[in-house]
Amino acid sequence: MSTTIESHAQPAPVRRPLLRRLIGFNLLSALILGVAGYYLGWFIGHQLSTSKSFEFISATDENDVALLLAYLFGVIGFLIGLGFANYPVSRLLGRPASLREKEDEGIGRYFGLCTDHKVVGIQYLCGIGLFLFIAGLNAMLIRTELLHDVPTTVGPNQYLSLVGMHGAMMMGMMTSGVLGPFANYFVPIMIGARRMAFPRIEALTFWLLMAAGFILTSSIFFGGFPTGWTGYEPLNDQAVMGMDSYIIFFALVGVSMCLLGLNMIATIITLRAPGLTWSRLPIFVWSVLATSVLMVLSAPMLIATLAMAALDRTINTGFFIPGAGGSPFLFENLFWFFGHPEVYILALPGFGIVLELLPVFTRKPLWGYRLAVSGMLGVALLSFFVWQHHLFVSGINADLRPFYMLSTEIISVPTGFIFLCVMGTLWKARSSFSVPMLFCLGWTFNFLIGGLSGVFLSDTPSDTDTHGSFFVMAHFHYTIMGGLIFTFFAAIYYWVPKMTGLRFNERLSKWHFWLMFIAFNSTFMPLFVLGMKGMPRRVSSYAPNLHGLNVWVSISAFVLGFSMLIFLANVVWSLIVVRLPAEANPWRSKSLEWQVPTPVPVNNFEQIPVIDSDPYDYGTPLNIGGAGATPATAGT
Amino acid sequence: MSPLGKKVIGIGAGVAVVGVLIALYVASWATSFPRSVAAAGSSTTTGVSTQLTLQTVAAVGAKYSPEHPDWVSYLVQSHGKWIHSTDYRVPANSVVHVTVLQYDGDSGLRNPFLSEVQGTVGGTETVDGKTINAINPEEASHTFAVPELGILVPLPGVEEEAKNQCEFAPCTLAEAHRTISFTIHTHKKGRYHWQCFVPCAAGFLTGGGGPMQTLGYMDGFLDVV
Amino acid sequence: MAEPNHARRFTILWVVASLIATPLVIVLLGPILPPGNGSAQASGHVTDNTVLLAMATPVLLLVVIYLIYAVTFFRQPKGGILEGPAVRGNQRIQTVWIVVTSILVLSLAVYGTVRLEEDGAGSGGGPSPVVVPHGKKLQVQVIAQQWEFTYRFPEYGGVEVPHLELPVNEMVEMHVTSLDVIHSFWAYQLGVKADANPDVDNVVFVKPTKEETFEVRCAELCGIWHGSMFDHGHVVSREAFDTWIAEQQTKFAAATKSLPPYSHTYLPEPTRRAE
Repeated sequence: MSTTIESHAQPAPVRRPLLRRLIGFNLLSALILGVAGYYLGWFIGHQLSTSKSFEFISATDENDVALLLAYLFGVIGFLIGLGFANYPVSRLLGRPASLREKEDEGIGRYFGLCTDHKVVGIQYLCGIGLFLFIAGLNAMLIRTELLHDVPTTVGPNQYLSLVGMHGAMMMGMMTSGVLGPFANYFVPIMIGARRMAFPRIEALTFWLLMAAGFILTSSIFFGGFPTGWTGYEPLNDQAVMGMDSYIIFFALVGVSMCLLGLNMIATIITLRAPGLTWSRLPIFVWSVLATSVLMVLSAPMLIATLAMAALDRTINTGFFIPGAGGSPFLFENLFWFFGHPEVYILALPGFGIVLELLPVFTRKPLWGYRLAVSGMLGVALLSFFVWQHHLFVSGINADLRPFYMLSTEIISVPTGFIFLCVMGTLWKARSSFSVPMLFCLGWTFNFLIGGLSGVFLSDTPSDTDTHGSFFVMAHFHYTIMGGLIFTFFAAIYYWVPKMTGLRFNERLSKWHFWLMFIAFNSTFMPLFVLGMKGMPRRVSSYAPNLHGLNVWVSISAFVLGFSMLIFLANVVWSLIVVRLPAEANPWRSKSLEWQVPTPVPVNNFEQIPVIDSDPYDYGTPLNIGGAGATPATAGT
Repeated sequence: MSPLGKKVIGIGAGVAVVGVLIALYVASWATSFPRSVAAAGSSTTTGVSTQLTLQTVAAVGAKYSPEHPDWVSYLVQSHGKWIHSTDYRVPANSVVHVTVLQYDGDSGLRNPFLSEVQGTVGGTETVDGKTINAINPEEASHTFAVPELGILVPLPGVEEEAKNQCEFAPCTLAEAHRTISFTIHTHKKGRYHWQCFVPCAAGFLTGGGGPMQTLGYMDGFLDVV
Repeated sequence: MAEPNHARRFTILWVVASLIATPLVIVLLGPILPPGNGSAQASGHVTDNTVLLAMATPVLLLVVIYLIYAVTFFRQPKGGILEGPAVRGNQRIQTVWIVVTSILVLSLAVYGTVRLEEDGAGSGGGPSPVVVPHGKKLQVQVIAQQWEFTYRFPEYGGVEVPHLELPVNEMVEMHVTSLDVIHSFWAYQLGVKADANPDVDNVVFVKPTKEETFEVRCAELCGIWHGSMFDHGHVVSREAFDTWIAEQQTKFAAATKSLPPYSHTYLPEPTRRAE
């Protein structure tokens, strides 16, 4: 097993002239064809709008048909330019088609269609990181405005667009936030496979997400959108063209989610190595499986709902318009039928990462493996039965409310299983507090607060005061940011030494964690108070007596943003400037992905391993003198 | 450092510069407001008062708004010129006379309750010389309303058959219009929003989108300073 | 050296902390919990929040004290490579946990349902709410539009007013509806929240119990001035209310003449795209 870390040896052959290298199916052609598709779609839309049925377009100066077609054709052109049509077209024409794309080229393969799941994992990490950064900047602008109690720095339209873009971007990106980078990279290795079940689809999910992110940010050129990330009708129908950016963004995110989930399910079910029974599957892979099932079942609902909204905006259908016999309630229900499983899509991978990392740093097996699996599957199943808790005060049939109160309360039981497994793994452990471990412990505290506040929200009488207020904001930021994002960073600090062979600077990493943890709690804990004192969501005017608390929150938010800059500095310093090599298995993990060499070879394994146990073989058996009196043999 | 490392740093620096430029662009987009225009001050024997003169037009025209030439809009008069802004500055604790030159046709109120004048001196408005306290809700073209100060003034529209109607801003007194004036008292300092309540945004759902939801057209700020 | 009995130590720590904290929370925090006692429904919320907080405190303390305890006592010595005990689970603890959490959660659900069905808890219950109080109810319609709330009194000639006043100690039946997009009527001190949906009648019952000013805010994003869509209402004595409503009927006589007949929902023109 090799422990030397070298950057990829450059192949010696003659480099083709620049022009020859630029022509082909790569990012440049994708951008050119994307722009061409955009203008083609706009042209078609413009022609359509000259017909009598679309007279309102000249009165409104808003051509939604043109923009929607422009975006769709642009995305199609973009994907064709990258080379996604090559395989189907080759097969249609009866030509031999390649199954692998770009897997041996140098750094260029990170900028195009590459079927190596490890490359896609790193592409995801960088792409999602970029859009998270943009959404974070939006948050900083939002908090700058909230330093004042009347609209002062940011115009009210732009404020709502910032709020919407921040929410939509974060939700869209973090849906695949863990599955994209880490599941794509490590699930095949963890299950002893050479690749994912559908490598080309895997690459497609990444590029769809990138196109989607770009489209959402382009909404500022079309007036932004005023509905927030939930896109409620009829405000959705009233909005200017920027709303179409949101619609296409979420539709593409939905397609990407659905395909990603499908790929994961197929891989985990069919490509496991011999001996890897379901009871030996790493807990992270179980969480990926549960998340994928949710993705596959809920994303199509989102896509259908957005299609209806787009039809309402363009050809004047009336799905959600009361004057046409439609109902805004329908939108709320359809959206939240997707929306609630969506937030469990965000929560489950976090559970998986924490339970996967804790055994490594506590040097004990995972406590309650079966309980953890049933917890995850229970959460996944129940998540489809709770969505109307978002509609408690909306005027739904009042007979339904006790049922949804019950189902929402019950879903906290399987969530509690995860906490019991965390606590059980920590019991009498030998914990070392590396940065990934710190983030996992941070998750435990944050998700506890988030989860308990969820119990308040699930109680209808209590929800009457807190629905639509900053209390809800605090709840979901604690569960999603305090939960998922903390585990996202845990996964980065844990696995990037494997992905790159380089180690992070310990001091910067610890500064990042502590500043982020303290600033995060300082920012979001007061939001519970603000909500209970009567501040609604998505406002830039609030009661003057809440001014001081808002200033405190904004300043904490700026410190939180600064901690992200520390992380960026850490990335640049450790991975680009200094590039200190990491050990082969710095965490002494017994998991399969740490037993392959770094850099991981293209085909992952020389020989497919035969699995004979789960990866939690830590600890000394109890009948030898109690809690680890004898030093155990290190790693492999 | 390896040549690869140098290349990556070079690309990284380029990306950082582009990133900062983009962030500055987004910040400037986010913080753009219509220009704040001060109402004209004047002194009379009864004391200091301010005059705010506005006009409403059916389509603002490409000269004032290249991106939305067909949108309905308010304009304000400042130093004899018409400016496309809805951010008005008036002094606190004073009397403000408001004159609105109404060049747009009627759309009708969705809530006829808003056809009665509220919050002005005397609870009335003067339309083409006649002092009234309510209009026919179907004749409403726009409103000048500051909900936080309890001010609501419905503005009747130009009749459909009127000759010489104004097409694009700025409109002149020679074209068909109604002259509406009212007086308000300002008290505490603050930044209040004002809006139109008539569904006058042609082509949008319930007449409430587009110009009705964009600063600079049918909504704005009243800065009491 | 004998290993201390961690289980006993931790349990004592947790039980003592809970026994101290929970009563403190109930006694000190309970009375100041929002939304205050402005109405029967709001007082109900204060009680509910106190109960929830009292149940959440031991759970919070359990996990937080456990984390601190584990981080303090179950450590790897500096530079060490020791392993912990290879324990994979404990059937008894798991069963106890499942049973206790299920009981806790189910009892909360039952409690919430009972409180909800007692008086509607000030939350919008749709056009035909399950719980309808007996006796006379003052009918008030809340009309939400972009971006203002107006209020209509069908029992007083259908007069519509821009600010709300309610008589104290009388049951009010509010019909919340919207003219254009989804808004939400949130009267903070009264503990009332009901979404205003176009073409839907959302009914909520409230009985104000204190003569005070209450704040009304819109709680559902409805466009550019969502944050500025707020109002102040007053709860006054019956006599003051009678005087006030008579004044409003005179003041808004002209507007009342142009109003459509009172109905639970309205769909005024334009209902689709404006011409």
